[in-house]
Amino acid sequence: MLERLQNSRQAFGWVLLIPSALLLLGLLAYPLGLGVWLGFTDAKIGSAGEWVGLENFAYLLTDDVVQLAVFNTLFYTLLASALKFGLGLWLALLLNHHLPFKSLLRAIVLLPWIVPTALSAIAFWWLYDAQFSVLSWLLRWLGVIDQSIDFLGDPMNARFSTIAANVWRGVPFVAISLLAGLQTIPPALYEACAIDGASPWQRFVHITLPLLTPIIAVVMTFSVLFTFGDFQLIYVLTRGGPLNATHLLATLAFQRGISGGALGEGAAIAALMLPFLMGAVLFSYFGLGRRSWQK
Amino acid sequence: MPPEAGAKLRVLRWKRFVEGDETAFTRNVQEFSKRYGVEVKVDSEGWEDVRPKAAVAANVGSGPDLITGWFDDPHQYPDKLVDMTDLADYLGKKYGGWYDVCRKYGQRAGTQQWIAIPWGIIGNALVYRESQVKAAGFSGIPGDTAGFLQLCQALKAKGTPPGFALGKAVGDGNNWVHWLLWSHGGKLVDASSRVVINSPETIAALEYGRALYQTFVPGTLSWLDPNNNKAFLDSQISLTANGISVYYSAKNSPEPKLKELANDIQHARFPIGPVGKPSELMQISQWMLFKHSKYPNASKEFVRFLMEAEQYNPWMQSAIGYVSQPLRAYEANPVWTADAKHTAFRDGGNFILDVGHGGPLGPASAAALADYIVLDMVAEASSGARSPKDAALRAEARAKRIYRS
Repeated sequence: MLERLQNSRQAFGWVLLIPSALLLLGLLAYPLGLGVWLGFTDAKIGSAGEWVGLENFAYLLTDDVVQLAVFNTLFYTLLASALKFGLGLWLALLLNHHLPFKSLLRAIVLLPWIVPTALSAIAFWWLYDAQFSVLSWLLRWLGVIDQSIDFLGDPMNARFSTIAANVWRGVPFVAISLLAGLQTIPPALYEACAIDGASPWQRFVHITLPLLTPIIAVVMTFSVLFTFGDFQLIYVLTRGGPLNATHLLATLAFQRGISGGALGEGAAIAALMLPFLMGAVLFSYFGLGRRSWQK
Repeated sequence: MPPEAGAKLRVLRWKRFVEGDETAFTRNVQEFSKRYGVEVKVDSEGWEDVRPKAAVAANVGSGPDLITGWFDDPHQYPDKLVDMTDLADYLGKKYGGWYDVCRKYGQRAGTQQWIAIPWGIIGNALVYRESQVKAAGFSGIPGDTAGFLQLCQALKAKGTPPGFALGKAVGDGNNWVHWLLWSHGGKLVDASSRVVINSPETIAALEYGRALYQTFVPGTLSWLDPNNNKAFLDSQISLTANGISVYYSAKNSPEPKLKELANDIQHARFPIGPVGKPSELMQISQWMLFKHSKYPNASKEFVRFLMEAEQYNPWMQSAIGYVSQPLRAYEANPVWTADAKHTAFRDGGNFILDVGHGGPLGPASAAALADYIVLDMVAEASSGARSPKDAALRAEARAKRIYRS
């Protein structure tokens, strides 16, 4: 038996796969499946609960806090991701030039990403404080405003403030990853282009962008997934307030499932994220990734 | 009962708010270990993290032997907790009896069976600047809600506004909005768990809240628990509701300016509303002993030891009035009279209502609080984001879901 296994390349390959397959199944697939399954039960913390079918989901669709959280999450993700992409790409292009202290600059750019979110969120919490915001203080001192800005107390302000904090933190990841992608583009292509008399814009559109697309697809998929599932930042800054204007699906799921003990309902809210996340992955896989690989 | 031979205890408590609590607590724990030969390992978690951890411990049947839970925690998983009736009866008899509200918190609904031992109430009171209230033309905090609104309006007119948290402030937000609702006779559910939040009393409370909100300092919709402390200590507000910690940090500050401010700080009870009796919410913490504990006798003995006067009194004193007693005899503790400004925090047990007020304690009352139903309702109506009627309707819909049977 063992001998046959050793002689069969294919079987041996499968055997080598087992450890990682077990890890993936045990640590990813099982909890995910369990989480989704809980969403179909009325489990509470402390009691196992019973299968209730789609009851949780039917209720959640009628709950206007959930509707608001879906809107908030999409708004937060789309705006933050777009900004992170724009700023990240811009930063990557800048860093790709020959600059003095290149390595140092790149290291500095990474800093916001290295600082633990919980810590940078606390810094933003002070920046956005209703009474003690240094931003308000500065603008008042300059005479631009005469009353502190209500960064986190007004629903729209709070959305933009949390998005700004998320962008600040997420840009380095996008920038450094895209920078890595930029450096794989052969300089010869740019030289050929320059000989043909292409403008910088034409070089960007016809060389940089197409060759960068696979990396963009991967990086932005990750970025969207991180943003969509964001929790820490919101939890520190607003806990979902004011008036639930910054509640994301993840924070609402925690509030109801863990703090509130309604595991089933919390799990169902978390499961609502799955279609959106699947959509994002499929979009990047089919829409962006494959097409550019096939060319 | 004597502790089991070779017993080792694991205890999870919330992280201290004031240093004195921890030093005295640790001293008591060490004394217990020395006297009974039982090793006790104490872990501290942020106060809001204790609830989910306790729930998980209950759910999976392993974890610390003893956890200091909050509010209705014991009622969420009563079957996982060891019966503490003998200990509760012993303590009640010896120390002047439990306050009624502590009885409701500690006993399994509809029975005389104790599933937890109330440990202490985190006192909450109105904290105000005496000079500013005087300057606004009042000698103190009016005892009725109508007078209180006039005071707030006068404070605002003087440029020294009040401020109460309306963000998702688990402690400071929930406490005062429940007073607002209950003092007007509003409540979430009745005795049979029927949702009755959409009532004329609630609407009256929300209209009152809207008028009160007009007097607040800007930004209270974003306030979490620490905001009112900071704003008060920076003299940006004249009046708020808080534990004794604002006074404590001003009094013990090395800064002369803050020390001076401490002289100007006064405490008072919340005014009485149309309902005609005190109706406040405060955090209460209870000892829960889990059935998965291998050393139930040692655990019980540990709780008894901590609750006895020799340990409890010095601990409460060391916590400088942050925690108030669940047992009446401890009212005599000198901490409440050593400084006249402490006294307002003494009698929480006499006038708080339980968090499930109107209905039973259990998973539903816990979920309603955790989901900020009342806080969201008050914030929506106060800020004008919704009319009082709409805010009450939304609260009703959410409460019905949580209290469905």
